[in-house]
Amino acid sequence: MTLLQARGLTKTYPGARRIRALDDVSFEIAPGETLGLIGPSGCGKSTIARVLTRLTEPDAGTIQFDGQDWGGLKGRTLRRARGAMQMVFQDPGAAFHPRATVSGALCEPLRLHAIAPRSDWPDHVERLLTQVGLSPELAPRPLSALSGGQRQRVAIARAIAPRPKLIVLDEAVSALDASVRARVLDLLAQLQREMGLAYLFVSHDLAVTRALSHRIAVMEAGRIVETGPAEALLAAPRTEILRRLIAAVPTIHTEKVSS
Amino acid sequence: MTRPFLRRPEALLGGAILLALILIAGLAPLIAPGDPLAIAGRPLIPPFTDAGLPLGTDRLGRDLLAELIHGARTSVAVGLSAALVAVFAGMTVGTAAGFAGGAIEAALMRIVDAFQIVPGFLLALAFVSVMGPSLWVVVLAIALGAWTGPARLARARVLSLRESDFVAAAKVMGMSPAEIAFRQIMPLALPPVLAVASVIVAAAVLTEAALSFLGLGDPNSVTWGAMIAEGRNQLRSAAYLSIIPGIALVLTVISTYLVGEALTDSLTGRDKR
Repeated sequence: MTLLQARGLTKTYPGARRIRALDDVSFEIAPGETLGLIGPSGCGKSTIARVLTRLTEPDAGTIQFDGQDWGGLKGRTLRRARGAMQMVFQDPGAAFHPRATVSGALCEPLRLHAIAPRSDWPDHVERLLTQVGLSPELAPRPLSALSGGQRQRVAIARAIAPRPKLIVLDEAVSALDASVRARVLDLLAQLQREMGLAYLFVSHDLAVTRALSHRIAVMEAGRIVETGPAEALLAAPRTEILRRLIAAVPTIHTEKVSS
Repeated sequence: MTRPFLRRPEALLGGAILLALILIAGLAPLIAPGDPLAIAGRPLIPPFTDAGLPLGTDRLGRDLLAELIHGARTSVAVGLSAALVAVFAGMTVGTAAGFAGGAIEAALMRIVDAFQIVPGFLLALAFVSVMGPSLWVVVLAIALGAWTGPARLARARVLSLRESDFVAAAKVMGMSPAEIAFRQIMPLALPPVLAVASVIVAAAVLTEAALSFLGLGDPNSVTWGAMIAEGRNQLRSAAYLSIIPGIALVLTVISTYLVGEALTDSLTGRDKR
């Protein structure tokens, strides 16, 4: 059983050099599973995130999601269905309206997807903040007054608010410093267990991807060149690009040597 | 560090004059009760000679001070309303164009171009002569030539904002394009437009005076432009009839500009550089 099935996604950005961002990309994500999508910058992994969330239209290919022809949904039907697939962006400073408050940002999904009557919103906001490990006292603060890690937690709270089945994490921890990153990764793993969420974890950092992913897909120049269960894939890399990505992470080397 | 609006000398000077003007305009029926167009005394009393009529009387013996006070009412009302209409229309069209992109943007911006090519005063003149002179027609006529500036500014700002992550986040959240454009993006495009709004007010006051001078203002209300036009016939014998409303006009426009300058600087942080 699959939650998401992408087939033959192709996207070429117009321009002088006609960069092929996606070249016949196919993959699947099962319910409750994390698919790590890894590759060097410019390999098309962020384009996949944008195509899945329907921010960018592919030139070709189909997306089946949650039993629907996700790629064919339009207008109001698409907007209503969007609650099932959410996204967390890389830069927690840019992902919110510059004048938004914490509770304001968290009430938007509650309103748009009619999660709760207006009178229950404060309770929901409080619960969401607790779920992501933040104090409910932050609710009236402007987001600009929060730290990067706190903001990313609010972004995660906003993403889980409409009770999605899949969250696309586009370099979601890349902008955070190491100690904050580890705790946000723990939070993501914990939410996955509690809510049965599936993740598409897009990253250029193998160590981080490995911590969260059940399966990993490796991208290079718009194609998925290698895919498989996380540990098996890393134990026996078949492509040059994956070997190079592994070599770029010294911690993985030392762990392999010591085990 | 950008100085706050109220710590700027030009803001205080312009603001004080403008505030006095707005107070005078608002309280005109109390300060100068009765019909300002009624005959108050002997015609052509020079200013500062009669304590009851401090600014003297015009050709028909009407109280010049009362006319001036009631004229402020028209100037302020028309100036502010025209700027409001222009900013509102410009923001809406500019935001829609910038956010929609493609053919819609091209079409809307060509309309903006078409309005911008025709001189604003000519547009106002044509509109009033077709629609007939009344306060609202004059307001619309002036706004017709003034909304293109706000439209261009709003579009430019929206173009840079629409690619932001928070707009993508709103889309992913399932927000409708109209709500994203007008509730999320438009308020952020307002500050630069607000900064030019004062220039629009000043220009509107001048255009209104010019229309009245040409006899195209609302004939039922006193306006400074009409006062200058009437005084013109006595320019050699009683120049004060034109000079006094002229000074009022100059003060109004200068104070509006001063406030606008200070507002632009504090909103955009221009003097940080």
